[in-house]
Amino acid sequence: MSEIKKFMYVNRKAPYGTVYALESLEVVLIGAAFDQDVSLAFVDDGVYQIMNGQNTTGIGMKNFSSTYKALGDYEVTKLYVEKESLEARGLTVDDLMELTWEDEDDDYEEKPSIRLVSSAELAEVMADQDVVLSF
Amino acid sequence: MKFTIQVNEGPYQHQTADSAYQFTKAALEKGHEIFRVFFYHDGVNNATRLGLPPQDDRNITNLWAELAEKHELDLVVCVAAAQRRGLLDENEASRNGKDAHNIHPAFRISGLGQLIEGGIQADRLVVFGD
Repeated sequence: MSEIKKFMYVNRKAPYGTVYALESLEVVLIGAAFDQDVSLAFVDDGVYQIMNGQNTTGIGMKNFSSTYKALGDYEVTKLYVEKESLEARGLTVDDLMELTWEDEDDDYEEKPSIRLVSSAELAEVMADQDVVLSF
Repeated sequence: MKFTIQVNEGPYQHQTADSAYQFTKAALEKGHEIFRVFFYHDGVNNATRLGLPPQDDRNITNLWAELAEKHELDLVVCVAAAQRRGLLDENEASRNGKDAHNIHPAFRISGLGQLIEGGIQADRLVVFGD
């Protein structure tokens, strides 16, 4: 198991309404222990998963949005967000949580994890992956 | 080629479960290797041994079990997803003080690490989902 593969988790669904987002995050967290090259993509309603100010009080579900903020500590530092999906929903990067990671090779400087990409750019990143898991 | 298969939907509600089964069967018939089949999300429901579809319909759980027996398939059910949905084997049931268990013996319960390992070990990981 010494070979390092590129794993991409593609998040396509809203955080609540179905369990895909929550259970996808569980795979990401377990997968982080395997020392692979990990990235996440947020497309379609998946962009809602990392929106600011989520409040689940009214629906009686666990608000798990803070888990995304811990991804940096699991060395999951590449979060691709598709620009077209944001625009189609009237959102901008300012509507998203501030997600960062600490670069230990750069004096632990906090760096942004979110990478805003076009659909075409995301397709290129995706084509470069070894394993793509879609949720 | 070596495949790992991920099944994300339950039986009958979605064609996903049938498609995953048919792909797996076809791949084996063509001489390919199936490293593992991993059942996640509602896909864990494919492992219930208590399903009673009408007699003139297919029994997806039994189809998987027959294929597994013929080809020594590793059918793995995610423990976290299974517990959430009330899918337990005998061990899990007794450990959690439940009075029944429902996992078909052709399937085994294990963790998400088995899915990641499947992605690492196989040439292709194929996800069947909604």
